[in-house]
Amino acid sequence: MKLSFSINQKYLSIIATISVFVILYIVSCIVFEGFFSEMVFINFFIDNAFLGISAIGMTFVILSGGIDLSVGSVIAMTGVITATLVEQAHLDPLIVVPIALLSGSFLGLLMGCIIHFFDAPPFIVTLGGYFLARGIGQVISLESLPIYHPFFQFFIMEGIPIGDTVIIPYIVVIFLVLFVIAVYVAHYTRFGRNVYAIGGNIQSARLLGVPIGKTRVGVYTLNGFCSALAGIVYTMYTSGAWSLSGKGFELDVISAVVIGGTLLSGGVGFMAGTMFGVLISGIIQTFITFQGQLSSHWTRIVIGVLVFIFILLQRFFSSLPVSSKATRVTYASMREQAELTK
Amino acid sequence: MAIKDLTRDLTKRIASSHIKWSLIIFFVILLFNFIFTPNFFHIEIKNGRFYGSIIDVFNRAAPVMLAAIGMTLVIATGGIDISVGSVMAISGSIAAVLIAKMDVPFWMVLCLPLVFSALLGAWNGLLVSYIGIQPIIATLILLVAGRGIAQLVTDGQIIVFEHPPFEFIAGGSLFGLHFPIIISFGVFLIILFLFKFTALGLFVESVGGNSEASKYCGINAGRIKLVVYIVSALCAGIAGLIAASNIKAADPNTSGDGLELNAILAVVIGGTSLNGGKYFLVGSVIGALIMQSLTTTILTMGVPVQVTLVVNAIVVLVVCLIQSKNFRDILAGIFKLDFRGLLRRMPLKGGNK
Amino acid sequence: MIESTPILQVKSLSKSFPGVKALAGVDLSVWTGEVHALMGENGAGKSTLIKLITGVYRRDQGEIIYNGEKVNFSSPREAQEKGISTVYQEVNLIPTLSVAENIFIGRFPPEGVKINWKSIKKSAEDSLKKLDLCLDVTQPLSSFPIAIQQMIAIARAVDFQAKVLILDEPTSSLDAKEVNLLFSIIRKLRDDGLGIIFVTHFLEQVYEISDKITVLRNGLLVGEFETQSLPRLELVAKMMGKDLEEFENTEKKLDSAVQVNGNRKNGKSFIQIRGFGKKGMIYPFDLEINKGEVLGLAGLLGSGRSEMAKLLFGIERADKGKIYIDKKAVSGSSPKFSIKKGMGFCPEDRKTSGIIEDLTVRENIMLAVQTRQGLFRKIAKKKQDEIVAQYIKALNISTPSPEQKIKNLSGGNQQKVIVARWLASQPRLLILDEPTRGIDVGAKAEIQKLILKLSREGMSILFISSELSEILRCSTRIAVLRDKVKVAEMMNQDIDESAIMQAIAEEDNGN
Repeated sequence: MKLSFSINQKYLSIIATISVFVILYIVSCIVFEGFFSEMVFINFFIDNAFLGISAIGMTFVILSGGIDLSVGSVIAMTGVITATLVEQAHLDPLIVVPIALLSGSFLGLLMGCIIHFFDAPPFIVTLGGYFLARGIGQVISLESLPIYHPFFQFFIMEGIPIGDTVIIPYIVVIFLVLFVIAVYVAHYTRFGRNVYAIGGNIQSARLLGVPIGKTRVGVYTLNGFCSALAGIVYTMYTSGAWSLSGKGFELDVISAVVIGGTLLSGGVGFMAGTMFGVLISGIIQTFITFQGQLSSHWTRIVIGVLVFIFILLQRFFSSLPVSSKATRVTYASMREQAELTK
Repeated sequence: MAIKDLTRDLTKRIASSHIKWSLIIFFVILLFNFIFTPNFFHIEIKNGRFYGSIIDVFNRAAPVMLAAIGMTLVIATGGIDISVGSVMAISGSIAAVLIAKMDVPFWMVLCLPLVFSALLGAWNGLLVSYIGIQPIIATLILLVAGRGIAQLVTDGQIIVFEHPPFEFIAGGSLFGLHFPIIISFGVFLIILFLFKFTALGLFVESVGGNSEASKYCGINAGRIKLVVYIVSALCAGIAGLIAASNIKAADPNTSGDGLELNAILAVVIGGTSLNGGKYFLVGSVIGALIMQSLTTTILTMGVPVQVTLVVNAIVVLVVCLIQSKNFRDILAGIFKLDFRGLLRRMPLKGGNK
Repeated sequence: MIESTPILQVKSLSKSFPGVKALAGVDLSVWTGEVHALMGENGAGKSTLIKLITGVYRRDQGEIIYNGEKVNFSSPREAQEKGISTVYQEVNLIPTLSVAENIFIGRFPPEGVKINWKSIKKSAEDSLKKLDLCLDVTQPLSSFPIAIQQMIAIARAVDFQAKVLILDEPTSSLDAKEVNLLFSIIRKLRDDGLGIIFVTHFLEQVYEISDKITVLRNGLLVGEFETQSLPRLELVAKMMGKDLEEFENTEKKLDSAVQVNGNRKNGKSFIQIRGFGKKGMIYPFDLEINKGEVLGLAGLLGSGRSEMAKLLFGIERADKGKIYIDKKAVSGSSPKFSIKKGMGFCPEDRKTSGIIEDLTVRENIMLAVQTRQGLFRKIAKKKQDEIVAQYIKALNISTPSPEQKIKNLSGGNQQKVIVARWLASQPRLLILDEPTRGIDVGAKAEIQKLILKLSREGMSILFISSELSEILRCSTRIAVLRDKVKVAEMMNQDIDESAIMQAIAEEDNGN
């Protein structure tokens, strides 16, 4: 019993996140009739697929000890690029989508390189990316651009059917597949573990032979890719693109990651936590929609309060005594060893 | 002779200080305008007030300058305040509601928003210093929730009003200068002197440089941090009043949008390190002026305004590169650049005979 | 099995940094199955030499021959892969990762994309077992004490099929038991045939563990010696670069100074502490410090010396007990309050709690005076310059200018600046926690002399040090701590090192 409790130490934060989600969900289901349905549940995913995709990339960035302020702008930029190329240049979406993904990844690569090679603070460099992507988007077009191409309709209208009436649209499938890949990358690959390592302590990681440059540049490139993908999914979701969309979106993403239990100082957190962080912000929006009387600005206030509560919780957990059973036993046996060898 | 010495001394001090790069960038922009933008430096007097592009730069830079002044101090303590935009929106919204919906005396219209801003700053400060939350997260809470609060204050509406005394804040003038210029430079001077002529400045730098060691010196780091977050929020609150007065309305959705990023950028351009420690208030003011002069330049040249964002991005890149030790090493390696030597040799020769 | 060449041979290695010749023509030979101590004062070039060997820096001249081949590593990683592993003073692992991961991060087994956690766990346990360590490798590293973390670092280093193991001041933060444990591991590794380079400041440890000693001074090689045939005093003299006789003379001078000091014991009481304590830090203790007295605090690391000082100065708040200053009870406990009451505190860790790197020497000195003056009464620049000039001169601080950033000064000079900071605030009681640690022998002697001088001028001093000889030399009275309890208090005249050691180690004798 005790042993399992001591192992749980690092899982406390994510357990708190999941508990909050479950409590919110149960409360909502009790308060509102019709909340407990497959449709509503799947809508959490549909409405937040782009947030989730972006949050996955952001989780890697934050785990590595960095931050990326450019995501909202990159979403707008890739959206505008996609819409312009498809609707005005009449290119095939199968060509356009890779171009959009590449442009986002390239911007990420660029920022990663500046951060690494010039040892510049991520906050400022990605602030540059924020201006650049937003600027490029607006230079291309200031209009709101609708997309009529069936390719984009397909991903939102069609999907994997479950039951008779409900389908899981393909944008949700994209999100879920990316999520599974991200969990795998974070926990079972060298790259993933290196991200945790440099977030834990970058100087030590360097001495331990972790390829700092490759990892950092990789993280920002990956996040650029995720932002671009989020931008494409967002255009699918809204059937259009606008260079002013996604303002302040980076905050929603960072909030979701923090609520998911990832420490902004880096090195600690779980991809699964981020998933629940995204779902929690989804549930709050849905709650306010169901309630009907609360205005939408309550969403932000509630998310702010939740972020606050979570940070307090994390501080509380980290202040818990670390002398768990497992480590104490070991230390005692070490002491005996010391006596023996004298 | 004396003037020559003075100039040399001043040049030497600027050359060795952190603000040299921001000064150089600012002068390059001005020089560019001097050559390519006709009438940029043309100043005319209308209704006893100065007008012209260069005046416009100072006038429009006021909100960012104010936020950057507060931000400088916060960054100097090793913190960051990303909630200033939200505080600005809240302050403007409160003022607008007080004017449009409530019958309160004018001094209360000015004071209440600022008192509330100070309270928000105190909230940030408490989270950072007494609960020990990382500054970026502590202020993230207010950044996220703050805009919601502003919308709550105005009930999600844009509140339009007419109130001549309040409109004076942005539209009036004193000594021929637009009132926002007076306000921003007034605040700048007050804070400069407040921190220079008390030990506050030293303590701020000491807390930012090494908070643990400061504790051993008897400095109450918590209280110092509390003060700078309150100052930062107050500056943002004043900026909110100016913005509301300027458009004769309060827009909780867009007022102060991105202010935190512009302010931080201004501070960084000004040479203050994001790691805390030494700070340069003058540098931050120049940083704010650089950003506004860029925007104004682009506007007066007839380039679409959205290009400003791209130019901003380039500025960020340049700042990152200049402040990067790696980059300067590379540069020095290539050109054997001896900046001080260059400065000593070149500009002074002709100037003071 | 007699090998004719060393496993690692360094020949006339040189390295310059802008303005400094860090290393000039240094040789070093390490054989398998030996512990080779690398000694020298601060700035001698020990860490530069280590960094050149492991590829952190590029050398200007000279060659490194490892395992019979000329090598030129481009990174510590490459050196490690070839079998030269380094364990640094601060545990350079990742506190947030698990123990197993810390052993394998940066070098996961090459097979496949997926990391096989089961086999990683197994191999981690195996490599710890080689050091007789048995622990739950899935726990985060940060949940273990520093000593264990240090050994995990060694386990990792050895796990690389290392042939040469470099230990860069590994014992600085360990207590005696932990050092013993570490030494038993080092002996085991030596017997397994590793060549071990051991960098340390502690003389006792060198004589306990090493076979050979290489001494560096100011970037130059002084020589290589058999540990057995090099007397301690001679070693110190070689490190200091002074003649043996001269060194002995200084010691004698210091000693005679102490004799005078030791006789002046019946001063008036400055501070009385009654039943002061805090749960988990230190058990309640009584303490009295007289005016013009040096009270030495002896005890092992972690015995509660620094904790006592922190409590006294108000860094941590006591939960019981009272303080009387000049026989009057005082209430309140914060550093600011203590400063107002005339106390000063040079903390143990200069880098994290002493200096403020980015501020100038002047600003660093002025801080305590300024807090004593209060926030709103800023000391005029002219007055500041006077004070600063006075203490730079008095303490012989070598800095190009008062406006130099303190981080550009050497360790010893930084320490003197911190001492100057407190002297400038004109305290009545100065607490010095390990003021001579990690600074060169010259500066050390100067600080010891200063302590005696100040006490003669009437200042009370609480002097904490790990070096018994230093405490004996400087203090009038000595209080001894063991396991967070104050166990003894004795007059200097009555005792010698063995008496104190007995007090420290009483428990062990009982067994």
